[in-house]
Amino acid sequence: MNEKIQIQNLDLYYGNFQALNGINFSIGEKAITALIGPSGCGKSTFLRVLNRMNDLIPSVRIEGHVLMDKKNINDKSVDVAELRKKVGMVFQKPNPFPMSIFDNVAYGPRIHGIKEKGKLEEIVEQSLKLAVLWDEVKDRLNSGALGLSGGQQQRLCIARVLSVEPEVLLMDEPTSALDPISTLKVEELAQELKKRFTIIMVTHNMQQAARISDSTAFFLNGEMVEYGKTDLIFTKPHDKRTEDYITGRFG
Amino acid sequence: MKKVQRQEKVAWIVLWTAAGLTMGLLFMIIGYIFKEGLAVINIDFLLDAPRKMGAKGGILPSIVGTVYLTVMTLVIAVPIGVGAAVYLNEYTKDGRLTQAIRFGTEALAGIPSIIFGLFGFAFFVIVLRPVTGGWSVLSGSLTGAVMVLPTIVRTAEEALKTVPMTYREGSLALGASRWQTISKVVLPAAFPGILTGIILAIGRVVGETAALLLTLGGTILMPDSLFSGARTMSMHLYLVAMETGAMDMAFGTAVVLIVTIFIINTVAGMLRKKLVARFR
Amino acid sequence: MRERIIEKLIFLSALTQVLVIVLIGFFVFKEGLPVMDKYGVFNFIFGNTWNPTKQVYGIYPMIIGTIVVTLGSLIMGVPLGVATAIFLAEIAPGKIGRLFRPGIELLAGIPSVVYGLFGMVYVKNLILYLEREVLGNVLPTEYQWGYSILTASIILAVMILPTIINISEDAIRSVPLEYREGSLALGATHWQTIYRVLLPAARSGILASVVLGMGRALGETMAVIMVAGNTVALPRLSILGVFAPVRTLTGNIALEMGYAGPEHQQALFATGIVLFIFIMILNIGAGIISRKGVKQK
Repeated sequence: MNEKIQIQNLDLYYGNFQALNGINFSIGEKAITALIGPSGCGKSTFLRVLNRMNDLIPSVRIEGHVLMDKKNINDKSVDVAELRKKVGMVFQKPNPFPMSIFDNVAYGPRIHGIKEKGKLEEIVEQSLKLAVLWDEVKDRLNSGALGLSGGQQQRLCIARVLSVEPEVLLMDEPTSALDPISTLKVEELAQELKKRFTIIMVTHNMQQAARISDSTAFFLNGEMVEYGKTDLIFTKPHDKRTEDYITGRFG
Repeated sequence: MKKVQRQEKVAWIVLWTAAGLTMGLLFMIIGYIFKEGLAVINIDFLLDAPRKMGAKGGILPSIVGTVYLTVMTLVIAVPIGVGAAVYLNEYTKDGRLTQAIRFGTEALAGIPSIIFGLFGFAFFVIVLRPVTGGWSVLSGSLTGAVMVLPTIVRTAEEALKTVPMTYREGSLALGASRWQTISKVVLPAAFPGILTGIILAIGRVVGETAALLLTLGGTILMPDSLFSGARTMSMHLYLVAMETGAMDMAFGTAVVLIVTIFIINTVAGMLRKKLVARFR
Repeated sequence: MRERIIEKLIFLSALTQVLVIVLIGFFVFKEGLPVMDKYGVFNFIFGNTWNPTKQVYGIYPMIIGTIVVTLGSLIMGVPLGVATAIFLAEIAPGKIGRLFRPGIELLAGIPSVVYGLFGMVYVKNLILYLEREVLGNVLPTEYQWGYSILTASIILAVMILPTIINISEDAIRSVPLEYREGSLALGATHWQTIYRVLLPAARSGILASVVLGMGRALGETMAVIMVAGNTVALPRLSILGVFAPVRTLTGNIALEMGYAGPEHQQALFATGIVLFIFIMILNIGAGIISRKGVKQK
């Protein structure tokens, strides 16, 4: 397995508070990496390092290196917009824009300069197919996205991300606001998508991590305690704290 | 009957009477104006030029003047007002400059229109005469724009605040720039609220007279460019009532004014409902 | 690059808010101060005679006119407005409440010249009848004209009603439910609850509505010109004084700007300065009230 992202001695501070402490590990290409750990352990913060969404918070300071395809993403020469195009993000709560389904998916290509109608239609169709939503919405592409169910909305958001042809997909608890059936659909989708994308998923749900991920990283109090193949982490964890967490002894 | 119950009864009677009186006043004023004004209203009244300083004839130039002035005022005030709101809500954290801007907006909102008139006269009509042509639609619109700015800034800011943070994050995460996010996602989502501000601004301009007397000139002739003087319906009403004593014509103008404002409010209300409902 | 330019433009539009208020202050004071200085601030403010053709500029009667007309409108408008607000917030049946909302919106939307027109025909005739037919024997002839402090106050009272009703109603509605329940649970009647709990709790909001209404009355120009008579003279110091025609500061500016010569114009700008100061005092007062309101909570 090729390494897509390498994290080296990553520290992150909110003002004086240190939220991430000495994170070191590598994320494999075309696989699902799950980030687990109790609330406030830093896993979502870490996820937002990877597409530099933390730039929106003025008090954040980052030390160490994050290399993607061997290039430091925090380097001055990196165009944040390009990085975010390459590293798509799906949020905890589905957040479709208040536009039509079509315009939601076409939004990304449009802001990146694609104007031609035929091309846009093609991208929208492909992205929706890839997100396994096409059959459900193909007859009402021009109706509002907010009229979709929660699960459909989340898959629409995934289609929206896919439309800009990312290489990496960040998913921040993408199923926490969904019902079990929608959750299953999104999980199946993730399984399918990992054939083409590198997926990093934050989840609270350990069964979910065990079901679908290839590797798992356990975070606690801003540190990455343990990282390895998912089946090993869940069956033979090295660290006592990991064992306590997965056996439900705290959290 | 116990004292407490008697008190309660008296209080209820007083409150019902007060509310009745308020509504009664409204109906009396509207009713009286329609009763006096409807008689002169016909197609000619709307489409003819006034004769004898407005004592006879129609009100067409003042209708044109009103539309002209309102559109120009919005053209000037909406971009600036919405821009200021975007700055306050999207680009900056609270700082000294933000405080100064908020203070400016607050202070502007409390200033009587005649003071705006004095300012518009001294600045737009006199100092900027080479640009504005003195008393003109442009001077009037600039003055009107200054008057409605606080309304537009406030309503637009409120509207921007209601746009969920997740919309911004979703757009930025796709690699959109800050301005792309604002112009393509945030502003469209805030549009119904911004529209409310625009409607309030239209109402204010259509109803304004004092500031315009000092800046728009008040000619009874049809305005033919940005640089010619004009009068609005409100000004026409005032000038006809005070200078010609032709009260029937003044009441006729008043009816047209009230109907105009009523239509604007109604259409705006419907439009807003439709906009909000569009994506549900 | 384009992004940079847009950000600059947005920043500039925000700055416009500050710039405009500075410009307004600058121009009004620049135009108005010289004549005040030349004529003497004291003479200007406390002089009883306004005769621009002879370069006599005393605005005292207009200051008094402004104050009296404003107070008159508050005396009528505040009780009526607050009572209507209580009615709407507390006792109006749903259907009636729904009828009031657009009604009050319409009342707020009517242009001031329309109120003025209604006043100069309908209310003026009522007052004229009162002055001639009822009080003809006691009133001096110059007070039998229909245009008066009373006429202006009535019209202004109606004009400030929407402001007072809307803001007071909001204030009453925003009183926490627990207060109401607490009072009712003690066996208080609905009216006792309103009077002893809700109104005191909504006090600062109601006061704010009064201040805003006062600002509107103080700054109103057109409606007042059309009904106040615009005579530059001090009203009598008795109850009959309410029938005196007066001129207000705003009216002075609007009436004479159209034909004023250079120095006369400056005197009108100086009138604007005095009005400006009135409004400033009011706004500062409002600021203090609202801060008090916040502290209470």
